[in-house]
Amino acid sequence: MLGQIAYALPFLAQGFALTLWVSLLVVVLSLVAGVILGVGLVYGPAPIRWAVRIFSDTIRGIPILVLIFFVYYGLPAVGVHLQSFWAAVLALTLFKTAQVVEYLRGAVASIPKGQSEAAMAIGLTFRQRLAYVIFPQAFRRFLPPWINGVTDAVKGSALVSLLGITDLMQAINQVIGRTYEAMPLYILGALIYFAVNYALSYASRRLERRFAFIRD
Amino acid sequence: MATSSNNSTALLDIAEVSKSFGSVSVLRSVSLTVAKGEVVTVIGPSGSGKTTLLRCVNFLESYDSGSIRIDGKEVGYRDAGTRQRRSERDLAAMRAETGMVFQGFNLFPHLTAAGNIMLGLTKVRGKSSAEARSIAEHWLGRVGLGHKADSLPAELSGGQQQRVGIARAVAMEPKILLLDEITSALDPELVGEVLAVVRSLAEDGMTMVMVTHEMAFARDASSRIVFMADGGVSAVGPPREVLAAETTNERLRTFLARFRASHF
Amino acid sequence: MGYTLNFNLIWRHFDKLWGGLLLSLELAVISIAIGIVIGLVLAVWYVSAGRVVRGIIAAYVEFIRNVPLILLVYLVFYGLPTVVDLVYSAQTSFVATLALYSGAYLVEVFRSGLEAVPRGQLDAGKAIGLTPWQRLIHVRLPTMMRITLPALSNTFISLFKDTSVASVISVPELTYGAQWINFNTFRIVEVYLVVTAMYLMTGYILLFALRLVERWYRTAR
Repeated sequence: MLGQIAYALPFLAQGFALTLWVSLLVVVLSLVAGVILGVGLVYGPAPIRWAVRIFSDTIRGIPILVLIFFVYYGLPAVGVHLQSFWAAVLALTLFKTAQVVEYLRGAVASIPKGQSEAAMAIGLTFRQRLAYVIFPQAFRRFLPPWINGVTDAVKGSALVSLLGITDLMQAINQVIGRTYEAMPLYILGALIYFAVNYALSYASRRLERRFAFIRD
Repeated sequence: MATSSNNSTALLDIAEVSKSFGSVSVLRSVSLTVAKGEVVTVIGPSGSGKTTLLRCVNFLESYDSGSIRIDGKEVGYRDAGTRQRRSERDLAAMRAETGMVFQGFNLFPHLTAAGNIMLGLTKVRGKSSAEARSIAEHWLGRVGLGHKADSLPAELSGGQQQRVGIARAVAMEPKILLLDEITSALDPELVGEVLAVVRSLAEDGMTMVMVTHEMAFARDASSRIVFMADGGVSAVGPPREVLAAETTNERLRTFLARFRASHF
Repeated sequence: MGYTLNFNLIWRHFDKLWGGLLLSLELAVISIAIGIVIGLVLAVWYVSAGRVVRGIIAAYVEFIRNVPLILLVYLVFYGLPTVVDLVYSAQTSFVATLALYSGAYLVEVFRSGLEAVPRGQLDAGKAIGLTPWQRLIHVRLPTMMRITLPALSNTFISLFKDTSVASVISVPELTYGAQWINFNTFRIVEVYLVVTAMYLMTGYILLFALRLVERWYRTAR
C-alpha cells in the first residue's frame, strides 16, 4: 500500500503544483481586477457603481460550482473557446474578484470622511488623495481579510478537478482509480490542503496583530 | 458684484451665498467680506449654518447661488454666472490657497507629525523633502512640538494633535486660515494651549475666519464677530458692538443667555 | 456567436430544477440543524474544558476549515466505507459531511458568542442562586443566541450554496439538475441563467426571512 502511494508521489506533486499555480493566478488576477472594480464601486459614477454592485452581488449569491460550470460550458456555446484550464482560472477569478471588491469597499468605507476633507483642504488632487491618504490607510484594513481569503482560492481550486484538470484533487482521484487506496490518499490530500491553508491563515493572523496598534 | 462694496481691500468676499439641503435652507443670501490680516470669529447656535459657510469658502461644500472670491478669484466655479464647476486640478490649486483646521483634527494617522505637514508641501507645493522637513520642523517648533516631529498622531494628546493640525495648515502659507470649532473636541484643560497658538498667528497678521464657541476668545482676540442665526448673518461688527447689540437683537440675546446658562 | 436564447426546453424539464431546489434546501436545513447541535455542544464544552479537549476541538475546527469541501465529500462517500463497515446513500453521506462542515464553522460562531456574554450577567445569575446548568440555559445561551443570530443566518445562506457540491456524488439537487439539462438539451446558457436566478432569489428570500427572525428575536426576548 505504502509502496503504491510512494510510486504515485511525483504524480501527486505535479497535481499539487497545478493547484498552487491556479491559486496564484486567481489570487493575482482577482487582486488587480478587484481593486479596479472596487475603486469603481466606491468612487465611480452611478452607472459604474451599479454595474459593479450587480456583478458582485450576483457572483457572491451563487455557488462557485455553478459559476465554474456556467463559464466552462457556457462560453463555448456563445462562441468563446478557452482551454479548460483558462476557463477554470476565469471562473475562479470572477468569484475571487467579487470578494476583493467587498474587502476593498469595506476598507475604504472604514476610513473617516474627515481624512478626505483634510487631504482636500491642503490641496491634494483626487489621485493624490487616493495615493497618499486613503490607500495607505485602507491597505492596513484590507490586508488581513484578503490574506485570510486566499485560502478560499486554494480551496475553490479543488473544484477545477471537475473540468478534467489534473490538480491535486484530480490527481488524488486518479491515483485512487488505479490503486483503490481511497482512504489513505484522501487523508494525504486533506493534510496537504490543510498545511497550505493553515499556513496562510496563520500568516494573516500575525499580520492582523501587527497592524492592530496602528488603528485609530 | 454690487454687494461687494469694498472689493479693493477684501481678501475674502462672500456675496449673497445661498445653499439648501433639499427643502431645508442652511444659508440664506449670506454676504461677508474679510480684509487681509483680519480675524473674524463666527458665532451662533448649532444649525445656524456657520460651519457650512466655512466649508463653502474652500469648497468642501458647494453652494447653490452667490459668489465666493479669494483675492478676486471665484472659488468653486469658473464663473459665478454659469456655475460651471472648476476642474478637479483647479479646485485642488484653489484649496491650497486656504488652510483649514478641523474640529476632529483629521490628522493622517499613518504619517508622523512632520509627515502630516510635509505631505502638502511636497505633493502640492513641489518642495524637496529636505526643504519640506525643515519647514515642518520650523512650524512644529512654533506650535511648541519641536520634539514630537516623529511621533504618530496616536501618540499625541488631543491638544498636541490639534496644534499639529494648525501647523499642517499654516505651513502651506495659505492666504486665509479657516478654523472650524477647533477646540470643541478637546478636554477643557487642553483648550488654552491651542488658542494660544491661534492668538500668536493672529499677532503675525494671519487672516483667519474662525467658527467657535469660545466667547471670551471671540471677544478678546477677534477684529470682528459675525453672529449667525437661521442661515443668515444676524449681526456683524467689532466684538464690543456686536455683544452690546444684545439689547436690540432678540436672537442674539437668546443665544447668549443659553450660552451663559450652559457655560458659567 | 449568434446564440439565440430558447428557454422552451428548460421549462419542459423545470421539474428537475424545482425538485433540485427543494432538495438543496432540505439538505441545507438538515445539515445546519445537526451542525448547530455539534457547534453548540462543542462550544459549551470548549469554554469549560481543559487543554487536551480544547486542543482536540480546535484541531477539528481548523482541519475542516482548511480543507476543500469537495474533498471532504469524497472522503466520506468514497473513502470511509472502505475502512468502516457502513452502507449509506449519497444523500445521507452528503448531509453527514455538510453537518460536520457547518459544525466546525458554528463552533467558532458560538464560542465567540459565549465569550461575548457580559460577566455581570453571569454574576447576576449566581447572585440569585442559579446552578451552573441553570445559568447556562437561562442566562448564557439566550444572550449568546441574540449575539450570534446574524452570523448563524450568514452560515445558513452559505451552506445553502454549498449544497451544490452534492452534485459531484450525484445527489439530484439544483446544480445536478442544471447539469442534467445542460447535458441532455445543450441549452447551456439558458439553464445556467435560470439556475443563477433561482439561487439568487432563494438566497435573498432566505436572507429576508432570517432578518425577520432576528428582529422578532430581538424584540420578543
